[in-house]
Amino acid sequence: MPLIATAQKSAADGIAEYRKMLEDGNPAELFEAKGEDLWKTRRGPKQATLEQCDLGQGPGVVKGAWVQLPRFFADTGRVQDLESRLLTCMEILQGFNAAEIAKMPFDKGEQANVTALAAWVSSQSRGMKMALPQGHAEERRYYELGKRAFYFRGGPMDFSCASCHGEDGKRIRLQDLPNLTKNPGDGVGFAAWPAYRVSSGELWTMQRRLNDCFRQQRFPYPGFGSEATIALGVYMGVNAKGAESIAPALKR
Amino acid sequence: MADPMRIRAQMAGDKATIRVLMSHEMETGLRKDAAGQTIPAWFIQTVTAALNGKAVFSAQWGPSVSKNPFLQFNLKDTKAGDKVAVTWVDNRGETRTDEATVS
Repeated sequence: MPLIATAQKSAADGIAEYRKMLEDGNPAELFEAKGEDLWKTRRGPKQATLEQCDLGQGPGVVKGAWVQLPRFFADTGRVQDLESRLLTCMEILQGFNAAEIAKMPFDKGEQANVTALAAWVSSQSRGMKMALPQGHAEERRYYELGKRAFYFRGGPMDFSCASCHGEDGKRIRLQDLPNLTKNPGDGVGFAAWPAYRVSSGELWTMQRRLNDCFRQQRFPYPGFGSEATIALGVYMGVNAKGAESIAPALKR
Repeated sequence: MADPMRIRAQMAGDKATIRVLMSHEMETGLRKDAAGQTIPAWFIQTVTAALNGKAVFSAQWGPSVSKNPFLQFNLKDTKAGDKVAVTWVDNRGETRTDEATVS
């Protein structure tokens, strides 16, 4: 048994080492720069910037916004995550059609811009602790909803999120899987997205990450900014309370 | 016009460490798109660096370099305030130059 234990340790260490090596040149920085530019550029039918966008800390406050999302927004009457909130701002301030953008494939057209904006906004909370509010009744309802979605088994393989992410020490191939039912630690799980994926050379937001989870479970795609994906975000985010955000992080 | 590079140039002892992050697709020419058509090769072929306008570094790259490449190198005989310019040229003839100040 000790032999196997050593092998597991070195695999995880190898990945940690790999991440360390790449940390210096995380291409997410390129997306951050693009996002900052987009935030301050007059765009859309209304030719306005996003500088008055309220991400939950008041209009125009970006610092610290990411670690408190998803949260309830009184103006839309909904719990929203970063991506869906960005869509709201783009619609209200800039005059874009949010429903149309939500239907676009990831990495195409305005969707690619939403990704860049998410990279920049999340980078402004780097090093801060996850602190999702649970004060509003809707926020608590979303947590319960997310919990149910997390444990809901279905699809041809009878999988739930919890099948892989429900206990400590699970792995897929060499990758350690975070236990998302509790705080998996600093910069792991929810506190590490959006992230740049080296293997595909793309930046993935939480929405896209969840889309891939649904794909791996052979579930139908949930739809961009849907109630299910935001509820899962609330569930994972609240569980990650106190974890340090390293977003946008770097993934294999 | 290609997206800007991110260049950081920092003194470390008597040398400067230059770290460059480039934004480029780096298509190998071996991949196929959803319709089965080969995606044409598109990659950076040469990278050069200049210290205060004087060429100090050049490299030839090929399609095996990753998307959004990261390049790091050291330069001797530098001091704070020096200008480091990095230029790449890809196989389509597109080029991009960005400059950073050593700090």
